[in-house]
Amino acid sequence: MKNVLKKAIVAIAAIGMLAVPCLQTAMADTIKIGAILAETGPSFLGVPEANTLRMLTEEMNAKGGIKGNQVELIIKDSGGNPEKAISFAKQLIEEEKVFAIIGPSTSGETMKIKNIAEQTETILLSCAAAEVIVNPVAKWVFKTPQMDSDAVKKIYMEMNKMNISKIAVVVGNTGFGKAGKDQLLQIAPEFGIDVVISEVYDKAATDLSAVVAKLMANKEIQAVVNWSIVPAQSIIIKNIRQAGWNVPIFQSHGFGNIKFVQAAGAAAEGVIFPAGRLLVADVLPDDNPQKAVLVKYKSDYEGKFKEDVSTFGGHGYDALMILAKAVEEAGLDKAKVRDAIESMKGFVGTGGVFNFSPENHNGLGLDAFDMMTVKDGKFALYAK
Amino acid sequence: MDFSLFLQYLFAGITYGIIYAIVAIGFNIIYNTTGIINFAQGEFLMLGGMISISLLHFMPLPLAIALAVLITMVVGAFIEIIFIRWIESPSVLRMIIITIGISIIIREVALHIWGESVRALPYFIGTAVTSVSILGINISPQVLIVIGVCSIMVVFLNFFFKFTSLGREMRACSANRRAATLCGINVKNMVTFSFMLSAGIGALAGAVMSPITYSQYDNGTGLAIKGFTVAILGGLGNSLAAVAAGLILGIIEAFSISFLPLAFQDAVAIAILLIILFIRPHGLFGSSAAASLKEF
Repeated sequence: MKNVLKKAIVAIAAIGMLAVPCLQTAMADTIKIGAILAETGPSFLGVPEANTLRMLTEEMNAKGGIKGNQVELIIKDSGGNPEKAISFAKQLIEEEKVFAIIGPSTSGETMKIKNIAEQTETILLSCAAAEVIVNPVAKWVFKTPQMDSDAVKKIYMEMNKMNISKIAVVVGNTGFGKAGKDQLLQIAPEFGIDVVISEVYDKAATDLSAVVAKLMANKEIQAVVNWSIVPAQSIIIKNIRQAGWNVPIFQSHGFGNIKFVQAAGAAAEGVIFPAGRLLVADVLPDDNPQKAVLVKYKSDYEGKFKEDVSTFGGHGYDALMILAKAVEEAGLDKAKVRDAIESMKGFVGTGGVFNFSPENHNGLGLDAFDMMTVKDGKFALYAK
Repeated sequence: MDFSLFLQYLFAGITYGIIYAIVAIGFNIIYNTTGIINFAQGEFLMLGGMISISLLHFMPLPLAIALAVLITMVVGAFIEIIFIRWIESPSVLRMIIITIGISIIIREVALHIWGESVRALPYFIGTAVTSVSILGINISPQVLIVIGVCSIMVVFLNFFFKFTSLGREMRACSANRRAATLCGINVKNMVTFSFMLSAGIGALAGAVMSPITYSQYDNGTGLAIKGFTVAILGGLGNSLAAVAAGLILGIIEAFSISFLPLAFQDAVAIAILLIILFIRPHGLFGSSAAASLKEF
């Protein structure tokens, strides 16, 4: 009997202790922020994004939250699956009543929930790259990664310098790949470039030497653009080099994760691609406006998670920091926060310096990209 | 099409084909002793790749692969003992659902152990850019290793089933379970052994092809579908037919790329499967009389 009493007292005490922090948070306002990220699935974009969001939320809450409001982060793992992204978006908006949604990680998913965000008037800060997300502009939808059309222009500008005019385009069969292919084909004539062959490969492809043989057989091809966000992009690079083909290989900004470089091994050396400056934060000149932000984020992230930082985590960083800044300016009114994001100028993020406007819901321009390459298994600035 | 280009496609096709064939043989070994299709076969390849990559931190490459094969065989045995062994006269549908369930479990466990990232064993010879020149074309030495190892496995299995008593006992189980039992063969142990054997060859294939195809927690599924296609194409239960069917499918896929967009590669494979199922449901090399006696 005594024992039972003892247990009851302990239990009540335990419940009491649990209840105290609950009461405290209930008194202050909390901002619920939803995130739909591909933490699992064929690409590994969602992991650095989710890590970054958790790290930043912890940091903000330790400092007293945004304008005194604690941040509650709800991360849903979509596995890169658009159907799951749709149901999570509905769940976050209708059941969790979130203030805003960060993500999804991929372009295909973002396009599926763009309308849901519009109809429910929920701020959506996508971490996906495709131009179509913000062009045409949707009132409530923003995105933080650089425009893929700007990446295409950067690549073509480099090709003009190298006197390359006939190219092959290979893309992965994801939303990112399809959008990239459209942009590559559409913009090519502006730069006098002729796309001789374009091929789409499966995101789960295991060997692509046959398609490499097909490209090699066409002697006109002076360069290959491999536009993809999936691991199979490393297979193409390997197969090209194994076939003994020394063609210049251009990749998209979707190559900006050191894991892709490791997967391609020695074949990745000399690959040229446009990317944000986060990858080369350490070697940036000190007068670069982004240097301080990039170095801090990089050292925080790498210190906490013991893995290399990637541009994808940076997209998550930018999304949350832009939202936080807008809330600080405009309070907890969704419409006002949306207006604050739309009129934000000169925000220094990891992807570049953001200048939003009613016509530009991305806020970044051509200058957000630098051409990079791979040297000794590491990212480096590309220089002639 | 000039000769060197023809060879490029041919080698690409043989590489695909031999990988499909080895998965198909895994299907066949289990089908032969149990009459069921083990849809978790692709996961054995994934486990072979993943485990050897993890073990590589502690030991040299050959040892890591050998140990990975052993561990996967133990996993195969456990799967049979836990999920299959106690089921009396299983129906085909029930076994399909069970093996699909097993494949999902293995995949999820792998996701928790290794995460979602893509890994690969280093190239056995040289690096990712090393290539050897054969008849004027360049291919990776790893391709030759895959073809070599898989060919040796096929020859070994053929020898094993024909000339060893264990192999003959396993074949007896496939021919007639009851008669085999009456002859004093422990059919249940043979079934466990068939799971271990197919797990072992799957794991070995998964390890040697890992530098080319990468290993990821979910890359077994795609391979299982192709391997299943090949097993049906050749005629279920016939390992040499599986090799022929695998090479046929791989080479057709490779050459189809020369005039069709790459995106149609899988469509070609599935179209062939459908045609075969309509015209010769017992497979290219199977016999219709034998097929009509089997439940599946």
